[in-house]
Amino acid sequence: MMQHLIVFPIVIPLVAGILLLYQRQGLVRYKRAVSVTASVLLLLATIGLLRQAASGDITYYALGDWQAPFGIVLVLDRLSALMLLLTAVLAVGAVVFACAGDDEKGSNFHGLFQWQLLGINGAFLTGDLFNLFVFFEVLLLASYALLLHGGGKARIQASVHYVVLNLAGSSLFLIAVGILYGATGTLNMADMANRVAALPAEREGLVTAGALMLLVVFGLKAAILPLYFWLPKAYASAPAPVAALFAIMTKVGVYAILRVYSLIFGDSAGGLEALEQPWVWWLSLGTLAAAGVGVMAARDLRLLVAYLVLVSVGTLLAGIGLRSPQAVSALLYYLIHTTLVTGGLFLLAEMIGLQRGKAGTRLVKGRPMVQGAGLAVLFFVGAIAVAGIPPFSGALGKALMMNAAEGTQRLWLWPLLLLTSLASLIALSRAGSTLFWRSHRGNVSGTPLSRRQWFGVLWLLSAAPLLVVFAGPVSSYTQATAEQLTHPQVLIRTLLPDAGDAQ
Amino acid sequence: MELLYAMTTGVLTACGLYLTLRGRTFPVVVGLTLLSYAVNLFLFSMGGLTTDGPAIVSEGSNYADPLPQALVLTAIVIGFAMTAFVVILAMRARSEVGNDHVDGNKEDRE
Repeated sequence: MMQHLIVFPIVIPLVAGILLLYQRQGLVRYKRAVSVTASVLLLLATIGLLRQAASGDITYYALGDWQAPFGIVLVLDRLSALMLLLTAVLAVGAVVFACAGDDEKGSNFHGLFQWQLLGINGAFLTGDLFNLFVFFEVLLLASYALLLHGGGKARIQASVHYVVLNLAGSSLFLIAVGILYGATGTLNMADMANRVAALPAEREGLVTAGALMLLVVFGLKAAILPLYFWLPKAYASAPAPVAALFAIMTKVGVYAILRVYSLIFGDSAGGLEALEQPWVWWLSLGTLAAAGVGVMAARDLRLLVAYLVLVSVGTLLAGIGLRSPQAVSALLYYLIHTTLVTGGLFLLAEMIGLQRGKAGTRLVKGRPMVQGAGLAVLFFVGAIAVAGIPPFSGALGKALMMNAAEGTQRLWLWPLLLLTSLASLIALSRAGSTLFWRSHRGNVSGTPLSRRQWFGVLWLLSAAPLLVVFAGPVSSYTQATAEQLTHPQVLIRTLLPDAGDAQ
Repeated sequence: MELLYAMTTGVLTACGLYLTLRGRTFPVVVGLTLLSYAVNLFLFSMGGLTTDGPAIVSEGSNYADPLPQALVLTAIVIGFAMTAFVVILAMRARSEVGNDHVDGNKEDRE
């Protein structure tokens, strides 16, 4: 049982998605029960996996018992366990929120939601480059359909851009994988790391081209500077629970960059070591600057949160660009915080929009809200956390990140990071005062919000104080994770015991 | 054969890229399809080109790499599904927005 636990995060959503196909139209309660149960089971399984990975052992699951490098393997180390748990926590919040009524605005919401989880979990677990492509496609296909859930002009418009861009990205991914396979003769990431370490000099150019093309693909997923233009519109027009789940999608890109370049192009790669570093570093700073401007310019709360996602992407990638264990540890801490808090803010924006009636989430004068006080408190907590003001988790994450920068890196990172935080703070306080204070006089009308929606938002936003309370254990885990990532040899030896002896 | 193969892939990619950058959804869809054909061809060649070789490792030294063939099948299936989806999406966009421009605005058409 225990050795099969690794495959559970893929099997549970898959089975749930298939079960949900039986009742696509009727029986709302059945669908909700299956979906919520599957998400909670996923959460339990990922907690088990995290405990397993926390010991520092790297375990793998060879599908069909075909051993690496010939078979497809699922690899579990600290990083993937952390990402899986994060996905599951986010999914529980989003799926409960959706049960308040968003799921019935189109067909088969829960099934698609589960399949999206399948794709995301698979991408976090796989140890094979082509398999990574397949799981990317799974999560993208589900996300295309989820983005369109509920229909409407804005969603279709955003979807066209999103789908076309990602299809082009998939083509590029395949070209990159093809080049890397042609140059190294393997698709298993651990095996590829070995082959790159012993690469003949004349193939270095080819591998560099392939690796940088992969960076473009991952950059598109993560929404790095020249490739982020699809994000604000898509996230702002997506249904709230979907937008909350999409908060992890950009992190899939960040994870892929972290995984591929720390494993394959680590310190054993010789001349190809850290070939992504200058690109990631400068582009992440550009992303931060552009996102800061976007945050200030946003005239809609959802758009504002979408730009806050972009700020977090810039910060995370800057952490990768710093390329030190401290920075990786800081970025992982920040990643947990930002995923949960921005996910919660997307849900909160939907609730605020529902209570304001016609004004929706636009930052204009609207009617007063029935449950304005509760929403205002939550908005205050979320805003403080995401802008990075003490006492919540954003401040700790940013402080860790700034502390990790060294020498001239500080000169670039500190002002940019602090200025974007200031921009977020200004934009959020402006948004908050418009939403909660500048309302028309008149009777308070409208219906109170469902308990499920409150639960979803509270579940996600409670990360902000909890991450501070448990900052010690969390940061020691992220430090151990960063440590593990700087020693890819351990992973390679676990997967390929024979190759280790031969060297 | 290598030269012909490379030229075919290159021309397909170039046409695909040009069409993908057009302003209407139909050329974009055709462009993406061409691009996926080019990618499939490229994947097929990634293990090196072999003439008259079986796709299994046998005693003889002349065999074709079987892995790209498996991968290209996967890529074809996924590419086909995606093309079907993007065609439907483009038609929905045409009917909901009222024109077939990728940005949806009526003014400044090409």
